[in-house]
Amino acid sequence: MTRAAEVVAEVSRSDWGRIVGALIRITGDWTLAEDSTQDAFATALLRWPVDGIPSNPAAWLTTTARNRAIDRLRSAASERARAKEVAIVESLQSGEQDIEDDRLRLIFTCAHPALPLAARVALTLRTVAGLTVPEIAAAFLVPETTMAQRLVRARRKIEEAGIPYRVPPAELLGERLSGVLAVLYLVFNQGYSAVERNELAASALSLARAVVALMPREDEARGLLALLVLQNSRRDARIGPAGELLTLEEQDRSRWHRDEIAHGLALMPAPVGPYAIQAAIVGCHARAASAAETDWVEIVRLYDLLLAQSPSPVIELNRAIAIGMRDGPSAGLELLSGMQLDGYRWLPAAQADLLLRAGRTAEAADRFREVIALTTPGQERADLERRLAELGS
Amino acid sequence: MLFIATDGEPDALLEQPGEFDAWVQESAQRGIRKVGNRLQPVDDATTVRLRAGEVLVTDGPFAESKDWIVGFDIIECDNLDEAIDYASRHPMARLGRIEIRPFWPTEY
Amino acid sequence: MEFLMFVCTDTEPDTDTQPEPDIEEWVAEGERRGIRKQGDRLAPTNEARTVRVRNGETLIIDGPFTESKEWIAGYDLLECKDIDEAVEYASRHPMARRGRIEVREVMVWEG
Repeated sequence: MTRAAEVVAEVSRSDWGRIVGALIRITGDWTLAEDSTQDAFATALLRWPVDGIPSNPAAWLTTTARNRAIDRLRSAASERARAKEVAIVESLQSGEQDIEDDRLRLIFTCAHPALPLAARVALTLRTVAGLTVPEIAAAFLVPETTMAQRLVRARRKIEEAGIPYRVPPAELLGERLSGVLAVLYLVFNQGYSAVERNELAASALSLARAVVALMPREDEARGLLALLVLQNSRRDARIGPAGELLTLEEQDRSRWHRDEIAHGLALMPAPVGPYAIQAAIVGCHARAASAAETDWVEIVRLYDLLLAQSPSPVIELNRAIAIGMRDGPSAGLELLSGMQLDGYRWLPAAQADLLLRAGRTAEAADRFREVIALTTPGQERADLERRLAELGS
Repeated sequence: MLFIATDGEPDALLEQPGEFDAWVQESAQRGIRKVGNRLQPVDDATTVRLRAGEVLVTDGPFAESKDWIVGFDIIECDNLDEAIDYASRHPMARLGRIEIRPFWPTEY
Repeated sequence: MEFLMFVCTDTEPDTDTQPEPDIEEWVAEGERRGIRKQGDRLAPTNEARTVRVRNGETLIIDGPFTESKEWIAGYDLLECKDIDEAVEYASRHPMARRGRIEVREVMVWEG
């Protein structure tokens, strides 16, 4: 990558959302704002290698995006709409300052609960993180036209359904913030679950950092960021030589990024909200020098807290595994035997794992076959078949 | 109340220019139509429920169905036949379908 | 912005035992805040007729425009500054607990 392209990519990550956000605030037109910003970045890619990189690249891109917006407004304005457009052009030309929370406003609007979840995720990646439509389509394995239509519909809905462009007022902030964090976590997991889609994980991390910087007193936002940083610190260790996914126990812990773990642990708030508690659980694993040294007593305590907050069969399952690790496999198996989770492959997977630890290999193999039957063919199924083969039964 | 709705099998005859305006004008003369308007598309609907003290906001209309409401009119008629006659001349009676429903009887 | 609320039934109402909000108070609040323009209850769907005109012939069937588990029991017309205000007010209607409420913006004519 040339130096100019590197700087363009850098500014896109740091300033895309801010530039789009300011244009939406001034013009009220989402499509115009995105297209003008896209134009400005494309122009930079053409011009900078020839003219040289400007001394303040972000300011250059902001000004260029505004000028593009003015051009578009002027050419599109019909006679009838001219008065309104002239006023917008004037405020664009006056170089009205960006408001500090333009990016935050954009993040909250893109995650509004009146939008379908898939649209919230797509809008966040396109409008706030500046990913292109082909990139987002590839990450979610849908055709580009489908993704483009989803974005068009989402922008139209913001306009037609009366979704406000703002950071929600205090009384709505808690519930809306958890909506924003849920979108970021979903984006991160989508990126993290596949090796080649790390751009999504990087976007989620960068957005979570932005939310924390803009709302430093929100513990759940910091909890989510800590959770993402800690999970991401294991990225190089989680894939085996044949591209297979490795369990925590199998991972070479010397390949975990220690500096990132330290950073994640330092970020961690008290384990009160669900993300903070999950971060604390991942933190227990991160601190253990080897799998055998994991503090299962603390992990069980944290799962108890999480379960009291947001009861779910998935958390119950994970708590049962942790109890199996703390008190011996039979204690965990006993808890699992009472659970009803039809078609949920992690239940037989957890049973197989604990049976194996108890030395009950034949029963474990039966459970593994059950898991494989519930898993669609692909890398994950191949990993399970590998583990079954290793049992030799 | 008239609910103006879509229909998967519309009539072949398209809306004629001025047809809808004439419908509205007739009601103004006869004092039938009290209020009415088109709504944003059903994709833009939001549904709200309150469960266990928590506000649940979801995307989409109150029920998933093949046909959906695109507009409404509140009309004042002497009887059902008058309402049917008036509704049947709305262009959407051909292009879609129109539900007529009286108000709750105790209000009268 | 003008919003239409469809006040609907639900097959799974709230199980909360808290006393239900009073509809009279809800209406009074909407009028005080200047956000509720009008609204009313409708007769049940067995009193609904659906009218279609095909090939010049008026066809009338008994029943609502669509068969669904949930049905519209009333409406309110609101004037709110955005969907958040409409949702906040709608969420305190008694039927937000006993049923569900659809909120949709009324179309604005350009020009």
